[in-house]
Amino acid sequence: MDVNSERVGDALIVRIGDERIDAAVAIHFKDAMREAARTPSRRVVLDLSGVGFLDSSGLGAVVGVMKELGPGRPLELAGLTPTVDRVFRLTRMDSVFTIHADASAAVAATAGQDVRRDAG
Amino acid sequence: MPVEATCVREGCVRPLRLAFAADSHAVRQALAATLAHPVLAQADLTFAGQVEIVLAEVLNNIVEHGYANGSGTIRLVGRRHRGGVLFRITDLGRPFPGGTLPEGQPPDPGSDGNPPEGGFGWFLIRRLSCALRYRRGQGRNRLLVLLCPEQSEN
Repeated sequence: MDVNSERVGDALIVRIGDERIDAAVAIHFKDAMREAARTPSRRVVLDLSGVGFLDSSGLGAVVGVMKELGPGRPLELAGLTPTVDRVFRLTRMDSVFTIHADASAAVAATAGQDVRRDAG
Repeated sequence: MPVEATCVREGCVRPLRLAFAADSHAVRQALAATLAHPVLAQADLTFAGQVEIVLAEVLNNIVEHGYANGSGTIRLVGRRHRGGVLFRITDLGRPFPGGTLPEGQPPDPGSDGNPPEGGFGWFLIRRLSCALRYRRGQGRNRLLVLLCPEQSEN
């Protein structure tokens, strides 16, 4: 799993290089996120702008990462592409995460200021 | 249904026919081959995404449960049907428990900070397909899935 991360302000931006988070790589995704999250930050922003497809295994892995980080260190999402956005919306998991239009919007947002959060 | 009738109405597009190993990497390749096939040549990105989500869930379900991550073969046939695409998926794995397809209850995001990490698959399949039919016979699972582009999500 191709992952790179960068500390910007209070956020750790984690960018996924793979085009898919699916059953074939869900475990690798969780491992890579765990590794990236060793860099301390107040919140973690998962930049999914390069990910065109995410299935139920990938969705479960994203939720799993959120739970592992715990309530004190929120996992936020940015840059959802159309099919990925659809999976989050249909399963109502969009209501579980703060979702930003893109990584720069995520950086601009600070604690308690959600840029975009769909009513659910 | 007679093949000829489909051919006249749907412009003689040859059906998709794939047979592949029951593992998640082969499923990826099968999805790519399906999306590139002429049966989906007229699909817009929204419909293509719908097809990819449903087939990914159906096929990975066979890998993980039907064959329980053991070896096996999955066959996928697809053809245009009534403005959509009808897929037939067959495998020689275990039958569905109780001989019926899972209900696919809507996931509950919950308010307790403990959202589910699974149980999304059959919900997505049912939500995004317009007809499903399952038959078990001669040691074989056969699932028919009809996908319709106009399927409303609201």
